[in-house]
Amino acid sequence: MTYDVIIIGAGVSGAASARELSKYKLNVCVLEKAEDVCSGTSKANSAIIHAGFDAPEGSLMAKLNVEGNQMMDRLAEDLDIPFKRNGSLVVCIHKEELGVLKDLYDRGVANGVEGLKILSREEALALEPNLSDNVEGALYAPTGGIVCPFILNIAMAENANTNGVDFRFNTEVEHLSRDDDGIWHIRTNNGEYTAKYVVNAAGVHADIFHNMVSSNKIHITPRRGDYCLLDKEMGGHVSHTIFPQPTKYGKGVLVSPTVHGNLIVGPTAIDIEDKEATATTQEGIDSLIEKASMNVKDLPVGRKVITSFAGLRAHEEHHEFIIKELPDAPHFIDCAGIESPGLTSCPAIGKMVADIICDLEKPEKKTDWNGKRKGIIDPNALTLEERNELIKKNPAYGNIVCRCESISEGEILDAIHRPLGARSLDGVKRRTRAGMGRCQAGFCSPRVMEIINRELGIPMEKITKSGGRSNIVLERSKAVKGDE
Amino acid sequence: METRELTCIGCPMGCLLTVEIDKGEVTSVAGNTCPNGERYAKKEVTNPTRIVTSTVVIKNGDKPRLSVKTKSDIPKDKIFQVMKEIDAVRIDAPKHIGDIIIENVADTGVPVIATRNVESI
Amino acid sequence: MLAYDIVIIGGGPAGLAAAASAKKADTDSILILERDHELGGILNQCIHNGFGLHTFKEELTGPEYAYRFEKEVYDLGIEYKLNTMVMDISPDRVVTAMNRTDGMIQIKAGAVILAMGCRERPRGALNTPGYRPAGIFSAGTAQRLVNIEGYLPGREVVILGSGDIGLIMARRMTLEGAKVKVVAEVMPYSGGLKRNIVQCLDDYGIPLKLSHTVIDIEGKERVTAVTIAEVGPDRKPVPGTEERYTCDTLLLSVGLIPENELSRSAGVEMSPITNGPVVNESLETSIPGVFACGNVLHVHDLVDYVSEEAKRAGENAAKYVQSKGEEISGDVIKLVATDGARYTVPSTINVNRMDDLLTVRFRVGAVYQDAYVSVYFNDERVMHNKKRVLAPGEMENVILQKAKIASFPDLKTITVKIEKE
Repeated sequence: MTYDVIIIGAGVSGAASARELSKYKLNVCVLEKAEDVCSGTSKANSAIIHAGFDAPEGSLMAKLNVEGNQMMDRLAEDLDIPFKRNGSLVVCIHKEELGVLKDLYDRGVANGVEGLKILSREEALALEPNLSDNVEGALYAPTGGIVCPFILNIAMAENANTNGVDFRFNTEVEHLSRDDDGIWHIRTNNGEYTAKYVVNAAGVHADIFHNMVSSNKIHITPRRGDYCLLDKEMGGHVSHTIFPQPTKYGKGVLVSPTVHGNLIVGPTAIDIEDKEATATTQEGIDSLIEKASMNVKDLPVGRKVITSFAGLRAHEEHHEFIIKELPDAPHFIDCAGIESPGLTSCPAIGKMVADIICDLEKPEKKTDWNGKRKGIIDPNALTLEERNELIKKNPAYGNIVCRCESISEGEILDAIHRPLGARSLDGVKRRTRAGMGRCQAGFCSPRVMEIINRELGIPMEKITKSGGRSNIVLERSKAVKGDE
Repeated sequence: METRELTCIGCPMGCLLTVEIDKGEVTSVAGNTCPNGERYAKKEVTNPTRIVTSTVVIKNGDKPRLSVKTKSDIPKDKIFQVMKEIDAVRIDAPKHIGDIIIENVADTGVPVIATRNVESI
Repeated sequence: MLAYDIVIIGGGPAGLAAAASAKKADTDSILILERDHELGGILNQCIHNGFGLHTFKEELTGPEYAYRFEKEVYDLGIEYKLNTMVMDISPDRVVTAMNRTDGMIQIKAGAVILAMGCRERPRGALNTPGYRPAGIFSAGTAQRLVNIEGYLPGREVVILGSGDIGLIMARRMTLEGAKVKVVAEVMPYSGGLKRNIVQCLDDYGIPLKLSHTVIDIEGKERVTAVTIAEVGPDRKPVPGTEERYTCDTLLLSVGLIPENELSRSAGVEMSPITNGPVVNESLETSIPGVFACGNVLHVHDLVDYVSEEAKRAGENAAKYVQSKGEEISGDVIKLVATDGARYTVPSTINVNRMDDLLTVRFRVGAVYQDAYVSVYFNDERVMHNKKRVLAPGEMENVILQKAKIASFPDLKTITVKIEKE
């Protein structure tokens, strides 16, 4: 079958595009080289919904940031995504740099950001008592927010899938070519796919596919960012997202609560070449607390950190989103250079990609499109009586599997059996938070493995952390492969 | 004449013991701070023994593995022989604490016994 | 709402011993709430021997030790609920719990005994740089996979941390056919027992590298190699000392943390040193009628001491219920740990409530040789015990006599400290 549209990549850009395209009578397929959605840049970032005062006036980045920000309330409501407008503060700690805040303010106003306000030292401290004693002033953006990036990505993909979009996982694109009839041939490790349109939403790999089909080369630099995630005990240390003043490497090291009540500190910004090199470094991690402490006081060093990780931003050298049909490769639509504020912009990015294709293809709208998705129930948000009812209906909700985050077997079963369900420990973790707490899956991983084994019939030795060769256990003990 | 160095396990001090052996007989122990050190060194040099604990495969039980131990200590140099016999065991539930799993493991005269209760399903 | 005289949170060694002693102290209505599918707690996966030398004068394995207490609980007819997670304890001792069959349960407790145990410190707490592939386990998770489930987590293993669980797992993995390449310990001394170093490492030729830590983890999917390096006195890696080990598994045995989420949400005052509740001579927390014992109170070295402490908690909870919570007045004496002593359990003593003898447990912060454990009543030294060695891995204790405390004029503070002479 020839698809109308093939999307390379199931990150937030690919998933948002897929969902937008699912509104139309089009056959759409998403190819993803990992075993799950949300496996690249989308899974390891600051999880911030930016207000939109950073990007240069008149840029596509600025436009989509502000649009994406405005679309987020509706999207979060429709798709049941944890999202909160906690507001953000850009903190100035040097009197002579107060002018920079004014520049940001002006840019934000030009970009269409609403509610911006420059705060005095006193006002800033009143809003956020744990700011550094050196604070001289701050830019307050009430539209700044925080989101669960996993659920944002997963929910859009699930909803696209429910509305007819195919997803092929463990499918890595190797080669692209266009035949004389204008059909794109996409060779993968899992056979060849054909499509009338290709959307290149491959994150840090987008330049590879772009350069396969276009003579006008681009270069995406993976810009690594290390993060530390702190225990929920620290989640209330600040209530807003705290930024330093921006530099040429980006928005700098932020300190923010997460929607789930942890505290996140990061990122660093280190340009590398290896598109898979998500290893953290000691220098990176050490520098985080140091840098963050310039703006926020009393950050605990060391043992309140529950995990550290690194993500790669898809940095294109002009620091601008590239979203367009390529002039020398008809029906090939780039969705490249999607670095921060990509997460914020993704609903607008998806819309823009769909608009490009619709302008060319003029598809009919579906009449039965359903843009709503119910998330996995959070029993902790229920009253005692409601929870009792839930357990009576399905006793699995009465069995806690992850102690730290208080996640029940019922939630894990839902994560496995819903559309595009989890197949791995990380898949379960990103959908339910089982394993994301302070013991970092030490307690629950054998138990989650048992559930995956039972529900999906995957042998224990074949269950992975995140696909590929990330197996958890290697073999049965006592060499009894044959007789058990 | 042979000299061996050992760490005493009697207490957290962990005295470094120097033992002199002549024709299989301990002639002197040095480095210990108490008589326990000397006793330990003599035993460890002439006849070192260990209790081996492990698990065996159990069928039709409410658990896939049954924990076991050698009922008393066995010569240290037979540990891996003991493990080989333990690894080969295939038994059926139920088994209870103290049940004999292997009569005479690795010709030591020592039985391997169950250390848990596994009921049949 | 259900009602019990005593509700015990946790059916491990602490909870079982507390239940049995409370029952023997003539409290009838006792309920143990256990989240696992069987009683016994973590001992069920500790299949090695060495438990019970103090309590039973013989060397038992973990499951055997646990079963002695389980059996007592069965024989005494004490009620328990398995697969039951306690979700909340209110300050007025209403326990909210949950399981598959009963749904949400609320229980009004005359007294509560906290016996939730502890958990392992994860990698995040170390901030170890590198990738985050599969193949990194806390030693206890690996122990469960091997001993309970019968799986081999890895074939080539590096272990970080020389706590007893790490040492035990080095031997266990070796006996199951894995190759344990090295054990790295960031401190200049091991936190494990000498016996375990000899019998779990030396016996199998596994090197122990003190003052070493992991500085890099390689492998995008599964661990492929680990680099360790020597650390200086500041515990920072020394350049040029790196050694790379190819392996598929990294086990972490880097400390235990009392599991006190429930205690915190109930509003129990916590000690920043032990990460456990602050308790008085009766092992009662800052909330009257809520007691704590075992590893949830402070991490113990030997389970025998857990059982002993839990027995006292059970007796005191029974006393509390029988006295209907009546206050026993008396001056409160503060216990202070200083000069090498890191903490004391308990933290306060009301002489009118104490037994004739009271064991005060504590740990030291460094290794001391030929030092003295001293006890001061106010400014007067009343005890001065020479110890050949004191180490952070071992719990220490001093025994206080009620008669001496009662007869000391105007006693405000009892100080425990380590002195060179």
